Amino acid sequence: MNVQNLNSFDPFADEGDPLGGNQDVGSQQNYLHIRIQQRNGRKTLTTLQGLPKEYDPKKLLKAFKKEFACNGTLVDDEEMGQVIQLQGDQRLKIVKFLTEEGIPKNTIKLHGF
Amino acid sequence: MAAEQPLFDPSLKKRKKKAVAFTEDPLGPEADPTTPAPTTIENTTTNGDVVDLGPTTAHEQMKRSLDGAPDNVDAVDEVKEDDDFKAMFPDGLKKKKKKKDIPMDLGEDGSGASAAAAAPAATEDLDFSDIKKKKKSTKKKAMEDFEKELNEAKAKDEAEEAEADDGEHLNELDEADLGDDPFARNEAPAGIDSGTEPWLGSDRDYTYPELLTRFYASLHAANPSLLTSTGKRYTIAPPQILREGVRKSIFANVADICKRMHRQPEHVIQFLFAEMGTTGSVDGSGRLVIKGRFQPKQVENVLRRYIVEYVTCKTCKSPDTLLTKENRIFFMSCESCGSRRSVNAIKSGFQAQVGRRKATAQ
Repeated sequence: MNVQNLNSFDPFADEGDPLGGNQDVGSQQNYLHIRIQQRNGRKTLTTLQGLPKEYDPKKLLKAFKKEFACNGTLVDDEEMGQVIQLQGDQRLKIVKFLTEEGIPKNTIKLHGF
Repeated sequence: MAAEQPLFDPSLKKRKKKAVAFTEDPLGPEADPTTPAPTTIENTTTNGDVVDLGPTTAHEQMKRSLDGAPDNVDAVDEVKEDDDFKAMFPDGLKKKKKKKDIPMDLGEDGSGASAAAAAPAATEDLDFSDIKKKKKSTKKKAMEDFEKELNEAKAKDEAEEAEADDGEHLNELDEADLGDDPFARNEAPAGIDSGTEPWLGSDRDYTYPELLTRFYASLHAANPSLLTSTGKRYTIAPPQILREGVRKSIFANVADICKRMHRQPEHVIQFLFAEMGTTGSVDGSGRLVIKGRFQPKQVENVLRRYIVEYVTCKTCKSPDTLLTKENRIFFMSCESCGSRRSVNAIKSGFQAQVGRRKATAQ
């Protein structure tokens, strides 16, 4: 039965990615992903992806920039939607900030090394 | 510990004696590994008078905190004793839990991977917990300094207990199999203890800590293998990271690690790249070339997360699992408990534009 259920999804396989890349097998569509990326030298970028709809990314970015004393920008990605991108390794600071603002910690996924 | 030793004061006889007993412990096994640490410490001095050595084991200490305190501390201290007990008992519990946790967390190595090659990873694990522990014990010590005036004797016991712990861990750091010695020493008196429960003499009820002590005593007496099973834990060689030029790192033993985890290198590599937000390739000799500069510690952190997510069984914590792909979904089935669950697909997520934008500009 299980296999049949899964087979019913298969017709959509050739449709590119119908789930839009932000949904997957589990219920991980509403995770906040915080990632880090290495730039040249010892510089890094921090990206925040999957912000819930009820938060205004623009205002949040402004608050981040002020709070962490770094620059940042809002990137529009066709798959991931709007992504906040900050200069430097701000991962832990973001987690702290967001949890203090009342976002449950188990919806935040911290990636990177 | 060593600083304490030279000052010899008859009033401090008790402390002095113990200090000697404990210094023997960390140094003894190092000097001669074949000689085990003294299993028991006589509670008499050379001239025959009985010395209260304080609790020799964590179990005994717990017990002492219960019944030992009222008879040598006066009424004022009995109020304090409650606090003290509270302060020390959760710690005792935590410590025991940690000892138990370490093998459980990493599971057991049923794969028959050679333990000798994996030893470095084990020491790193220990290192990690050791730092945490030391921090705790220093905090504990500070707290005890504060309470010292009230019950110096007991504070001393605890401080030395903590010191003994540090010694224990140093041993474990030096050589994993030597670390069993302090356990063995702890074990012997605990086993003897069973049958002489303090509540047998009186008609009072036994308390939870006493029963807990009794449980551990009999548990360890019944299966001594529990104490020595630490060598059987799941270990993985630490990643060897070399630098190739300025902006590339080479993960040399990726194939070895994948083999030990029973995972496809492709899957592991995919996860590594997705988590570290980078790209790379596998070179001719099976090594992984990663773009970007990475420290072994960083790669180890990512590997740890991989193991938690894709190797250890969520139900029984065993690393003895199989990862299979069915209809684009990965399933992890446990070999030891039979549980089966789907695992998250690896997704790299948003990749920011780094470097030149030639490709997008044209």
